[in-house]
Amino acid sequence: MSAITTSFPDAPRGWDLPSRGKVAMASLILAESAIFTIFVVAYLFYVGKSLTGPTPREVLATPIFYTICLLSSSLTIHLAAKALQRNYTRLFLGLLLLTIAMGGLFLFGTAQEWHRLIYEHGLTISTNLFGTTYYSLVGLHAFHVTVGLIMLLIVALFGLAGRVGIKQSERVEVLSMYWHFVDAVWVVVFTVVYVIGR
Amino acid sequence: MSSNAITVPAVQIQDRPWVDKLHQWVTTTDHKRLGILYIASALLFLVLGGVEALIIRVQLMHAHNDLVSPQVFNRMFTMHGTTMIFFVAMPILFGFANYLVPLMIGARDMAFPRLNAFSFWLSFFGALLLYFSFLGGSGLYGAGNAPDIGWWAYAPLAARAFSPGHSSDYWTLAVLASGFGSIGTAINIIATIVSMRCPGMTLGRMPLLAWLNLVMAGMVLLAISPLSAAQIMLLVDRYLGGHFFDTQAGGSAVLWMHFFWIFGHPEVYVLIIPCFAFMSEIIPVFSRKPIFGYPVMVGATVAIAFVSMSVWAHHMFTVGMSSYANSFFTITTMAVGVPTGIKIFNWIGTMWGGRIQLRTPMLFSIGFLFQFLIAGLTGIMMASSPFDWQLSLSYFVVAHFHYVIVGGILFALFGAFYYWYPKMTGRMLSESLGKWHFWLFFIGFHLTFDVMHIPGILGMPRRIYTYEPSRGWDTLNLIITIGAFIQAIAILVFVANLVISYFKGATAGNDPWDAWTLEWSTSSPPPAYNFASIPVVASRRPLWDLKHPEDPDSRYE
Repeated sequence: MSAITTSFPDAPRGWDLPSRGKVAMASLILAESAIFTIFVVAYLFYVGKSLTGPTPREVLATPIFYTICLLSSSLTIHLAAKALQRNYTRLFLGLLLLTIAMGGLFLFGTAQEWHRLIYEHGLTISTNLFGTTYYSLVGLHAFHVTVGLIMLLIVALFGLAGRVGIKQSERVEVLSMYWHFVDAVWVVVFTVVYVIGR
Repeated sequence: MSSNAITVPAVQIQDRPWVDKLHQWVTTTDHKRLGILYIASALLFLVLGGVEALIIRVQLMHAHNDLVSPQVFNRMFTMHGTTMIFFVAMPILFGFANYLVPLMIGARDMAFPRLNAFSFWLSFFGALLLYFSFLGGSGLYGAGNAPDIGWWAYAPLAARAFSPGHSSDYWTLAVLASGFGSIGTAINIIATIVSMRCPGMTLGRMPLLAWLNLVMAGMVLLAISPLSAAQIMLLVDRYLGGHFFDTQAGGSAVLWMHFFWIFGHPEVYVLIIPCFAFMSEIIPVFSRKPIFGYPVMVGATVAIAFVSMSVWAHHMFTVGMSSYANSFFTITTMAVGVPTGIKIFNWIGTMWGGRIQLRTPMLFSIGFLFQFLIAGLTGIMMASSPFDWQLSLSYFVVAHFHYVIVGGILFALFGAFYYWYPKMTGRMLSESLGKWHFWLFFIGFHLTFDVMHIPGILGMPRRIYTYEPSRGWDTLNLIITIGAFIQAIAILVFVANLVISYFKGATAGNDPWDAWTLEWSTSSPPPAYNFASIPVVASRRPLWDLKHPEDPDSRYE
């Protein structure tokens, strides 16, 4: 088979397009934002409409410490990605593990709160509208944190095996975008559930 | 073929055992093969959805007909609607986008080939899940049943109490799976168009097909995601005892309607915008003129996408919203007509003074223009909420949206088939069978859907399984059913054309239509790598530039 002989003009100089990984992650974040918007709308629509107790005011305790953990982890993953860009592999690994630890701590906080709500207050997803909307919204967020943690752990395992270097820095940046998104969603969920919803 | 700059030998097809071929197709990540898989699976479900439509039509042929029971009738219209939207229209348009976008922007594949394959199989298995409900709907003990809650599954019909068994679960899981597949494909299309364009292909030089698919993919992200969220809520209600749409626990049935139509109306534009894209490629080529008003076309598309995100509740005028909400949604709905009208004028402007060639793709395109205009006009009629109070949930609405989907989307798709089939297979579709297909389908379409407006105005509600003879709807319904069968015959002609032309059609060559976009610069069918050397473009019509070096478009940019 001979080559296609076309007389297209010469390539223009400096033809540089955005990274496909970042574009795709931005698109995914857009889609995820739409999903969360629907859950947030449902939560706000049903605030105060439960026919039976317990109500948010009675049972919810504001998780300030765990919120600080999650929000700080956004900073550490950002610094980790920056460190990898400059090829400081060990600093990157340390910050990545710190991110995972804080993310894990946040999930532990959610688990603890759910355990308390279920066993002390008898609030499950089928108890009332508050239970349905609360567990769905917070659960959807916790699911996203879990997915993020799994991906961070995979990167950490490769990092510990010495396989993550400056070549992978763009991929780590894409993952860092996702983690920032998970944190930003928490700011919204926190405001809706613990501030407005009470 | 007017150019000697392009000399591409036909691809040599090696003969392999069929198991090998099957294995290649199932494991493929090639955007062209996945495109064809999307299209082929959609055609399969088009036939199934079509058979369901025919069952509906035969049942309504005359008063007190008893071909099927009321229960089966409910299953038929539910399956027909769900199949046609989620497993025919979406996949077939994604198939064309998959096939054409990389070729038109001079890329060798989509940005994420494996995500592409994953998205296809996700939506394909979603479709299988939906049809498995015929067997497994009541749990695989004897007679099963399919979902019967309508394609919008209003609460409380979809609740456990009113929809026992698993049929509604199959529905919601099928829609959820196909929704995730759609989101995956949309992400892929966006990343491909933003990041994979060949050198020189600035956004302003991109073929309109790529532009419009970019807008469509953006809309998928914002429209399908709310549907997925609502399906997750429905699953929480059905499996975990949640109360999202449970009115007895304070939940709201109207909230489901809002969530569904926040998806449902933009979905119409998700389906029609790729069809606008086909028109914007086919009409210029067969008018022998560049598209009229390229920047305005792009602007109008973005405007449609933007406005269509805030029109959803015009599906809910009869629910009893406040007068402010009614006014708002009336105004926004009418506003969508403006950019859409701009597009129609641009296509007519393209044809105006052109040397029009009435080949089959062009026939379907002209049919599209004419019918889409009428569909838009009945849409404007119903955008007015008092008018809608009178005709909502009647056959007038059914006629209106079938005018959009069949008269608009399906006609544009047939045009696209006749236009790009030579590129996909290397063979031309038969013109004479194509003309038979067009005229039969055109007559059948108008017989069915023009007449269908009338029983709607006379008060025939949608989704009834039969009616009293005294209503005077008999003759009209008989005509509608006859039209449906004429359309079915036209589809058979089309399928015959696809099959016969694949083996016996005239050889197409690289560029049978003397067109101007990059897909025609490579062989038909294109090699796996699309382009031996990545093309570089200097104008909106790179092939015109190649064929007319004495007067290239790039001179005027």
